[in-house]
Amino acid sequence: MPDTTATAVKKTKPPKEKPPLPPPVTGNGRVVIDPVTRIEGHLRIEVEIRNGAVAAAWSSGMLFRGVETILKGRNPEDAWLFTQRLCGVCTYVHGSSSVRCVENALGISVPANARTIRNLQMGAQFLHDHIVHFYHLHALDWIDIASALDANPATTAELAKKVSPNAPAIDFSAVQSRLKNFIAGGQLGIFAGAYWPHEAYLLTPEENLLLAAHYLEALKLQVKAGRMHAIFGGKNPHPQSLKVGGVTCRDDITSARISEFRSLLQETRKFIDTVYVPDAVLLAQAYPEWAGMGANGNFLAFGEFPQSPAEPASLYFPQGVIFNRGGPAALNLTSISEHVKHSWYNGETARHPSSGETVPNFTGLDTLNRYSWLKAPRYTGEPLEVGPLARVMVAYKSSHPAVKTAVDGFLKNAGLSFDQMFSTLGRTAARALESAVIAGAMDGWLGALQTGGSLQQSWSMKASATGYGLNEAPRGALGHWIQIQDGKIGNYQMVIPSTWNFGPRCAADKPGPVESALVGTPVADSARPVEILRTVRSFDPCIACAVHVIDPKPDKVYTVRAS
Amino acid sequence: MDQHPKPNYLPEEHGITRRSFLKFCGVVAGALGLEPVFGPKIFEAFAAGSRPSVLWLHFAECTGCTEAVLRTSSPGFADLIFDTISLDYHETLMAAAGSTMDGILTATAESHRGQFFCVVEGAIPTADGGVYGMIGGRTMLSIAQQICPKAKAIIALGNCASYGGLPAAWPNPTGAMGVEGALGQGLSVPVVNLPGCPPNPVNFVGTLATYLLSGKLPELDDDGRPKFAYAKEVHGHCPYRQDKSRCLFEAGCKGKKTHNNCPSVKFNDATSFPMQAGHPCIGCSEPDFWDTMTPFYLKS
Repeated sequence: MPDTTATAVKKTKPPKEKPPLPPPVTGNGRVVIDPVTRIEGHLRIEVEIRNGAVAAAWSSGMLFRGVETILKGRNPEDAWLFTQRLCGVCTYVHGSSSVRCVENALGISVPANARTIRNLQMGAQFLHDHIVHFYHLHALDWIDIASALDANPATTAELAKKVSPNAPAIDFSAVQSRLKNFIAGGQLGIFAGAYWPHEAYLLTPEENLLLAAHYLEALKLQVKAGRMHAIFGGKNPHPQSLKVGGVTCRDDITSARISEFRSLLQETRKFIDTVYVPDAVLLAQAYPEWAGMGANGNFLAFGEFPQSPAEPASLYFPQGVIFNRGGPAALNLTSISEHVKHSWYNGETARHPSSGETVPNFTGLDTLNRYSWLKAPRYTGEPLEVGPLARVMVAYKSSHPAVKTAVDGFLKNAGLSFDQMFSTLGRTAARALESAVIAGAMDGWLGALQTGGSLQQSWSMKASATGYGLNEAPRGALGHWIQIQDGKIGNYQMVIPSTWNFGPRCAADKPGPVESALVGTPVADSARPVEILRTVRSFDPCIACAVHVIDPKPDKVYTVRAS
Repeated sequence: MDQHPKPNYLPEEHGITRRSFLKFCGVVAGALGLEPVFGPKIFEAFAAGSRPSVLWLHFAECTGCTEAVLRTSSPGFADLIFDTISLDYHETLMAAAGSTMDGILTATAESHRGQFFCVVEGAIPTADGGVYGMIGGRTMLSIAQQICPKAKAIIALGNCASYGGLPAAWPNPTGAMGVEGALGQGLSVPVVNLPGCPPNPVNFVGTLATYLLSGKLPELDDDGRPKFAYAKEVHGHCPYRQDKSRCLFEAGCKGKKTHNNCPSVKFNDATSFPMQAGHPCIGCSEPDFWDTMTPFYLKS
């Protein structure tokens, strides 16, 4: 166990020494974190602290844009370009589910080559998204950049050889001097107001320097991972080659472009295998108590990466529902309902997405009453966690060979038991493990791509039809539902991963997955509640996606009211 | 080849090679319509003096504009925020959280009054007093009203911040508006609109480079966009305009009605742009394009 007191004492003096930290704020009471930073979107978390730990939590989505309302009356084939803009981080996923739901309504099956391109684009999305989440959104919850200034670069190089023996060597002196110059300059930029030093940060100075160096390496790597999208998608974020019926990138399916993609994939895969996964192990070894916190027992995965038109049978990541950490059961879409009792919408009745009724009605933030723009999705009345841990658990318990190998290997290296995967740490590790699995599978998909193969299935719009499109976004199970009326969008509905995870209490007042995962989290200093943020960010919140409105009555005059 | 003086805070050990930085400055010079000889001048401009403070506000948005800027390379984003600008407020990247954030924002806007660049990402919801978007208990509208007028200049990054973008599409349920729309005539701070969904990060860096080179903001068109990037229609830049087998005008391409430099600068280190991927331009750098350019797949 590193001695954090010693670290604080032997800190070399930066030119402007920080004043001593104020004593920690302890005692019972409410703590509000608003804004939650290093996430996508606008999230507020409130907790009740009792006896040094979280006794209850409330999660609030703080932005409403009304995209479903905007979609009504427009051409169904245009919808994907709108829904894609729900999120520029998971920038591909809402385009994908939208074209899938229109194709389902029109009875279209896309050509094999188009399906492969879509799998590659979705795979690239996962790889990019997970790397950026781990290093740029989540890492500063575990690593202390200031402590890295005290590290011995030579010892750090030794550590790097042990942690990631197959990664390219890094000049740790250069990284350290860069950080020193930056901090000594006094313009702290994105590091201003950080919680360091803090008793909950347990890495040694060398471990901090190693991970700080990987933070910088990952910033460079993600540029390349993003380029994968641009090869077959024209650009990233917001790639632009999907189309109802297939994909448009016919002139990019050349051996030169495939090689370009392969080279970027190999580089990304190498980073995942030699840096990202070992870093997840390092965190698990340094923070073993976090393998016992932030747990849930119920999970949902829609599944992803169809290998043939047969869905869900051919999905590379399987579909399923888990209750109480048990074996996966088959999905029944009619068991989903969305609750609004604690959300800023009219009414209190829970409804299935296809028969919902929603009118926004902001009544002020009141944790006893209504406190979020997010609805509360439930499955047979129960909150379900979605995302990497859900996917990995459904796959593991379905005996998915690659996932099983990855999870077992991780647990062995980290010295954890299988049950400890159900935790904040397990959720963060699951993201790294599935990245490695997906990167491996993508190599095979790329090999299956045929130059000159058909990329689009022709279609004609129906006057009326209904359809749905399910997939897995990096943050979890995502579904779009469409009603086509007179050849236009009559109704458009989306049930979104971060709504499952970050939704408020339901009609039965049951907390959502994040709200319940936070209960029991110890908080050393209420003024600097990094422990709460660790669990919140382990879910990788995407709040712009999560807030939405469903209004299924096409003839209804839409009103937005605030009281 | 190193005839230009080496800036004192860009040592090689930073991990950036001068060559790659110079190369990027050459790309920026190209976007600005400058001769390649200006590349080294841009390099020197970026490497001299203290880093200008940037306060980056996130409103009704999808974070795609931040993601776009994260994709700059040679120099990468780290070089941008360590060596070029001082990114003093950015909700997606900062270590801090909660009320500390508001403290940093308010204090920096005050201590750097008239000196900082304010980057705005996302539209500003104005209906019903702005209740549809709140941060730290305050409406986005009130935050914009407090911070933006104190800036030296505002960069409205992306179509949402420029003109309202997606949330402002009909029927605009939240009264979403761009910066100039929401803050009105009384705003005395210059606003540079960099529309696009997302905007090209080269044009963002080009705007900063123009300022660092000349002390002035770039010249703007009638829609508030820098002429160096938006003077010409996309179609005029498009390599396929003479090629009937590849021109997408009949498939709905809006390149003739849209002003931007996508086909010349391209995206993601010049990897591609939408028409190269076989997809029509959707007009994303024009005001109200979600209403004026749809249906996207019909010729108009």
